[in-house]
Amino acid sequence: METIYFDHISGTTIHPEVKKTMINYINEHYGNPVSQHQLGDAASAALEAARQQVARLINAQPGEIVFTSGGTESVNHAIKGVAMATHDKGKHIITSNIEHQSVSKSLRMLMRMGYRVTSLSVDKYGVVNPKDVERAITKETVLVTIMHANNEIGTLEPIAEIGKITREKGVIFHTDAIASVGVIPFDVDEMGADLVSMAANQFYGPSGVGALYIRPKTRILPIIEGGMQENGQRAGSENMVGIIGMGKAAELAKREMPERIKHLSQLRQAWIERLTTIEAIDINGHPTNCLPHLVSFSVNFVEGESMILMLDEKGICASTRSACASGSLRASHVLIATGCDYAAAQGTLIFSFGITNTMEELDKAIAVLKDSVVFLRNMSPLYKKRAAS
Amino acid sequence: MIYTNGEGVTLKEVIMQYSEIVMEHFKNPHNIGTMENPDGVGQVGNPVCGDMMKIMIKVKDDKIDDIKFETFGCGAAIAVSSMVTDMAKGKTIEEAMHITNKSVADQLGGLPKNKMHCSNLGADALHKAIQDYLDRKEGRVRRRPDEELEHISSHDKHCYCPYCDYDQPEQVAHCVRCGKPTVEHDHD
Repeated sequence: METIYFDHISGTTIHPEVKKTMINYINEHYGNPVSQHQLGDAASAALEAARQQVARLINAQPGEIVFTSGGTESVNHAIKGVAMATHDKGKHIITSNIEHQSVSKSLRMLMRMGYRVTSLSVDKYGVVNPKDVERAITKETVLVTIMHANNEIGTLEPIAEIGKITREKGVIFHTDAIASVGVIPFDVDEMGADLVSMAANQFYGPSGVGALYIRPKTRILPIIEGGMQENGQRAGSENMVGIIGMGKAAELAKREMPERIKHLSQLRQAWIERLTTIEAIDINGHPTNCLPHLVSFSVNFVEGESMILMLDEKGICASTRSACASGSLRASHVLIATGCDYAAAQGTLIFSFGITNTMEELDKAIAVLKDSVVFLRNMSPLYKKRAAS
Repeated sequence: MIYTNGEGVTLKEVIMQYSEIVMEHFKNPHNIGTMENPDGVGQVGNPVCGDMMKIMIKVKDDKIDDIKFETFGCGAAIAVSSMVTDMAKGKTIEEAMHITNKSVADQLGGLPKNKMHCSNLGADALHKAIQDYLDRKEGRVRRRPDEELEHISSHDKHCYCPYCDYDQPEQVAHCVRCGKPTVEHDHD
């Protein structure tokens, strides 16, 4: 059975050129970049080349890029690292209600240590109001952390406006740009961010490698201590193969971005059009100011996990945020924050497209989705209740 | 490509933890639908919790002559509905009252731990349908058709463990019995 992959937000495929670069590297190199011999020098040169490739992707300088084990580590580093470095200044942090768990759980840990966290609400599209950020800043505020693109509904946040405010107020600004860097243009100066988290597996690089952009003079401490790798910001021998892959993926992402966005936007639009042929489906998130490759939609009267199982039976891989499918058995906090009805949140699917997806795959998927929805609604007491009224 | 752990067990099986019986009942559920003038109706759960189950029975000579279900829920909830209705069909009222959530899960070849909670509804819905039948037989006041059925959940407003289904004596982050993260009802 043919597999159709519509779950790129969980991790993209690896670009063939990235794969080739990684295999070539692992075949030829094994030196540690810190070593004072020719093998160390070769590794060090490859490491710095990758750093430059990643820096170019976000219009930064190579020295401002710290490689990590992925997006989650980058976020943990940014939040806990700033808190540790600035605890003498104050213990107040501003965030939003729709952040990824790597942000919200890092903040929860700081709250246990006496930090006060202001979590801003969002509008029905999941957008934070920059004025709310401005109002929430106090003399005690050490960090504002707001994501760039939401990974569940695809909405883009007004990061550039927030960055302007934090600069004026002299507060450190971190943005979790994991879902957006490498997918859409991101310029650290335009965005005014001091810290930016990113991950290679969002732009056709491997999993297990990411980066944190650190603007010079930002007060931040490392959270992993040891050797002097990564300019003292992240100890431990680098994941060289991963980093080489991330560098190549960044180079390709920068070069191919306009075509990729065009293709992905077409897929997104086409999928939304196909969804309108099924009754009672709501599209979540901002309709235009959003990621080009993600559609979150709520299929009313059915539950998400059962749809995912049926799609999977037919080889179609997508994602759900229903309570039943989550480890925590809670409905998606993002959907609830946007005012989505609890019952509709249970039937929410996330389709995220990639550069290798085709219109034919959309046609196959919509047929399978239709069958699944009919099958499940046919046994749903909620659907029957609605039909009767 | 399917990755295995070296012992022929695919990782997907390990992760999904749905038995073949569960998947079979999920894909081809038995006894779906409604019936005219049921003798008893039992509805449990609500869409907010992610699962809602409605069981309707016809009783003849003290036996469950016909049984139908409607379910809004995950794969486990649908499989449980199918299995519990299969198990109850043809049984006497007395026998059907002895069907438990555990016996349903056992018949399904077990359920993943974190699915015990959403799948506990099966026997609850059946027992409620039987109780409704007994109430009607004794001429107790019947529910208005438009009346909202109460949400039966032993966890209402309690902190509980979604893995082992244990009600916690107080708000705790981790289950006092099995140590897994709990669901707290007062905040996120």
